[in-house]
Amino acid sequence: MFRRKSNIKIGFYGPPNAGKTSLANLLCKDWTGEELGTVSDVPHETREVQFKEKVEVEHKGKKLLLKIVDTPGIATKIDYEDFLSYGIGKQDSKKRAKEATQGIIEAIKWLDDMDAVIVVLDASENPYSQVNITIIGNLLARKIPVLIVANKIDLRKADVKKIEAAFPEYEVVGISAKKATNMSDFYDSLFRLTKKV
Amino acid sequence: MVMKKVQKLRGFSLHIMPYSEIKDYTITERVKKILNLVLGNKIVILQGRLRPEEEIRLIEDTMAMVDHLKTFKGIELAVVEPNGDEAGFFLRMRRGIARGLIGESNALTVIGPASIVKEIKKDPSKIEVFLG
Repeated sequence: MFRRKSNIKIGFYGPPNAGKTSLANLLCKDWTGEELGTVSDVPHETREVQFKEKVEVEHKGKKLLLKIVDTPGIATKIDYEDFLSYGIGKQDSKKRAKEATQGIIEAIKWLDDMDAVIVVLDASENPYSQVNITIIGNLLARKIPVLIVANKIDLRKADVKKIEAAFPEYEVVGISAKKATNMSDFYDSLFRLTKKV
Repeated sequence: MVMKKVQKLRGFSLHIMPYSEIKDYTITERVKKILNLVLGNKIVILQGRLRPEEEIRLIEDTMAMVDHLKTFKGIELAVVEPNGDEAGFFLRMRRGIARGLIGESNALTVIGPASIVKEIKKDPSKIEVFLG
């Protein structure tokens, strides 16, 4: 007999600095009282896959039990010199770059393990980057349900419609994880996503 | 000024790769061939596109290389569709995956070393490659 899957593994994927950890933190803080990881303006702040088990989300009288998996941002290049401009020392920058490369490999290896994925994009950036297309293309090929979150709608340059136009086959919800804006719509979308698992 | 530009642009070459060149390769061989060319400071222009699992494997192997080679910073990667219709790409990909076809398309894939190719901008009717 068909039984709804419980403890659904939800992966947070996307390019660096899109706000994956900010959104994962918001969920974890709201429903477990604890955050998942640190956030920063420096790219590749999350360099290891981090997860929180048994996150029970309640919305409009419905409940969900999730395992939240926050992954390092996927990029095609890492240059330690980019970190120097953030005031990080040379040795620490090199260490950070090394950890970031390993984090990307780890994030890719976890792809197959996800029940559903939330792709977090920065709504103020060009959505047509190859990394975005590669991530979503791989989820499509693996038949993993996807929700696209257009984050940072609080920024003046944010354009949710551009993201919707880039990925017309996917549900896109615009939010600001930093300001917790439009979270009710996000939870509606999250419950719809888990129905596809 | 002109001399400076000439000096700056010295040291890379384009490698035009028809899809037939890698058609019979395994995923490992394809990615290895592309990465070897990129490590030799070549900008590869592939006639066609890689499958999603090949693209992600290319990123994975690139990161492993960045981790092991001090001078290698990674790659710039972009796919341009000839009709500029990015939004329709997923529809075609869905059909392509279903039919086992992705590679031999009219798309062009540009893959270059990040030390030479600073940025690839798509607008989506044209592609601009900015050299560092």
